[in-house]
Amino acid sequence: MAEVKLPRRDFLKAAGAAGAAGAAVATGITACAPEVKTADAAPAPSGPETWQVLTPQQVAFFSAAADTIIPKDELSPSGTECGVPVFIDRQLAGAYGAGAKMYRAGPFMKGTPEQGYQLALTPHEFFTAGVAAANDWCVKTYGKTFDRLDQPKRDEALKAMEEGKAEFDGFNSRPFFQQLLTLNMEGFFADPIYGGNRNKASWKMLGFPGLPATYADKIDEYRNKRYAVAEPQSIADFS
Amino acid sequence: MVTKLKEVDCVVIGQGLTGVMLAKELTMAGLERGADRKPEEEVVLPRIRDELKYNARKELMVDNSIDTITFRNSSDQTALPIRRWGAFLPGEGVGGTTNHWGGLHWRFLPTDYRIKSTVTERYGAKVIPADMTIEDWPVSYDEMEPFYDKFDKLCGVSGKAGNLKGQKIDGGNIFEGPRTNEYPNPPLKTSAGALLLADACKNVGFHPFPVPFSAPSRPYTNIYGVTLGSCEYCGFCGRTSCEANAKATSATNVMPVLRREDKYTLKTRAFVSKILYDRQAKKVTGVTYTDMKTGEEYEQPAGMVILSAFVFSNTHMMLYSGIGEPYDPKTGKGVVGKNLCYQFEAGATAFFEGKVLNPFMGSPGDRIAFDDFNGENFDHSGLGFLGGGYIVGGSGSAPPIGGRDVPEGTPSWGSEWKKQTVKWYYGSADFNTQGSVYANRANYLDIDPTYKDAIGRPLLRMTYNGTDNDHKMSLYLLSKLEVAIKAMNPTSYELRRRPKNFTVVPYQSTHNTGGTMMGTNPTNSVVNRYQQAWDASNLFILGASTFPQQHGYNPTGPLGALAYWTADKIVNEYIKKPGPLVQA
Repeated sequence: MAEVKLPRRDFLKAAGAAGAAGAAVATGITACAPEVKTADAAPAPSGPETWQVLTPQQVAFFSAAADTIIPKDELSPSGTECGVPVFIDRQLAGAYGAGAKMYRAGPFMKGTPEQGYQLALTPHEFFTAGVAAANDWCVKTYGKTFDRLDQPKRDEALKAMEEGKAEFDGFNSRPFFQQLLTLNMEGFFADPIYGGNRNKASWKMLGFPGLPATYADKIDEYRNKRYAVAEPQSIADFS
Repeated sequence: MVTKLKEVDCVVIGQGLTGVMLAKELTMAGLERGADRKPEEEVVLPRIRDELKYNARKELMVDNSIDTITFRNSSDQTALPIRRWGAFLPGEGVGGTTNHWGGLHWRFLPTDYRIKSTVTERYGAKVIPADMTIEDWPVSYDEMEPFYDKFDKLCGVSGKAGNLKGQKIDGGNIFEGPRTNEYPNPPLKTSAGALLLADACKNVGFHPFPVPFSAPSRPYTNIYGVTLGSCEYCGFCGRTSCEANAKATSATNVMPVLRREDKYTLKTRAFVSKILYDRQAKKVTGVTYTDMKTGEEYEQPAGMVILSAFVFSNTHMMLYSGIGEPYDPKTGKGVVGKNLCYQFEAGATAFFEGKVLNPFMGSPGDRIAFDDFNGENFDHSGLGFLGGGYIVGGSGSAPPIGGRDVPEGTPSWGSEWKKQTVKWYYGSADFNTQGSVYANRANYLDIDPTYKDAIGRPLLRMTYNGTDNDHKMSLYLLSKLEVAIKAMNPTSYELRRRPKNFTVVPYQSTHNTGGTMMGTNPTNSVVNRYQQAWDASNLFILGASTFPQQHGYNPTGPLGALAYWTADKIVNEYIKKPGPLVQA
């Protein structure tokens, strides 16, 4: 991956939309709450004080991607404000990221699309390679890594990946984007115990009531009538 | 070094649904590769309402790092391993796949059991394509009926009879075979989306009814004295177990009493590698297994073996143990691995602007179905295909990670995606066609030449694709579904046709069938009508692997009935006089 050095202030500015904690970690200021709070353009701190597995450049990439996929608007806070990069960090650091329950014996062959995922890489390895390839492609195409593109260019870059038109060096952009999208959706919509969906933002947006989800006495009463709760409940609220 | 244990009367391989049912009827030693699932510890609020863990990360499924299968669409391709389950999701641990199944509890039609004869009588033998290898079942609906009835009463099935002893009843499924008894429990409440389908069906002349569901709609005590809870309509059913103790799984509706039986021993994390076979005597002599907790290998001699794992493991065990002649697709000879079938499902979504369907609230059992285009319920003259399936729909069970439909053409991310997601979350309803798969000569299971499982055995290889017949059948079902959807006056709707080639990537159905099919003689089948192996009279095989083909219904009802049919024959006849129950 091309390492592009930038003055710290520029980096913070570029990463501002990516969330304060992401920017702070990306510049090496870990576990430093006051600095986090002073970073501009970040409405709410949105990360743990230390990242379990993501590198600063990966934090910047995932943060920028999360805010492009889940932009802040009248319906919800941004992806980083909802903790999506935190969710991704924890998932990639844990069993899923390490390839738990995956068959990983060779030989490895390309196969047909119908045969599904055939790489030797674990999800963590896959995203590490994918983020590097995406940033290389962004540098080649736009002269900057993904996190430092302006919003229209980020939209354009993600769309090119989604359509498989972004020609990554040695990596297929389309499956990378699909897995990136899946991980973002999981981070946005999963129970908040996993670090994303902070303040149950996506559940409030949808009108999903969460737990306990026992509706035997409500099916008849709420047929064609909206069932709404003041505050959705998560697993943590019952623990 | 292999440690030889003391002989037991019988071992059961796999403590899923049918293995546990048999163990209860016979009392014996159960070997299970997965964990001992303890519902009272694992299946409780709030932890069970975890869509990421259970749905996205597939907590209850077979661990692919231990075992998987390889797959290719046709025999000229190189099969590659399924590295993480997608299209189908075999379960693991005590209770097996019933821990996470959807719970739709059907019976096959009387004509399904003699499908080859029925279509030949109706349309002539030439209507069956040369490569279609369908067979009559060696059992009839009438023979199965008492065992369907018993299985209903094990699970506390909820539903509405449409045919009681030959009398057709409005509001039930008038196409079903005659039932001796009404369902043990009344149908579940119908969801708002399903009611739309019910009304539409009436307007276009189809015959809607509430789906039969394998969970009580009210508290219920089953045939073993186990008290089951009633459905909570939680919306999380598809890939999790039921904390209400309602959805049928052998982990809760049999195990509590089975665990108390003196003659029953349960060994979990016991990975059976092979059935030991005496070819001369045509008998099995026991099994070898690895204790996954200690790494030690054991030989367990047994007077009798019940093979009751998932479809793939059943077939794999037969092939790897060298019992029965492997199927050869080139010559059509051999039987083990033959007639691999599936469920050919295709769906649709309808969007209703302004409707409030509370999509998170519901159960697979709150759906409405119609059976007018299943099996031989309709005339196939001139249609160019055989088979069919039931059509079903409703609005519940849409947890947020996986249950957000938006109209086609909506971006998959960004502000516009969010806007459309919110707009339609409360107003979309889902429909499905449960298409049959009539066996084809080219679809089969055999041993993979390259890849191995965690204990060093070669993997099972699946060669499978949809056929012309399947695709024509599916398009026909979708056209009938479209008639019903149009009658609902949705704002918009989308039909999802099957892709040309079967793919193992997105989830479709865990209704894999075949591989150790039942039949009338050893040249056309692996087991006889009592699911007893032709090549070893003290080996019985249970589960959907014994299906000659797959009909247009979920397989659990029929395979449960067959398990009780076999148990009855073993208890009342075989044990008194061991030996072949049908002369070859």
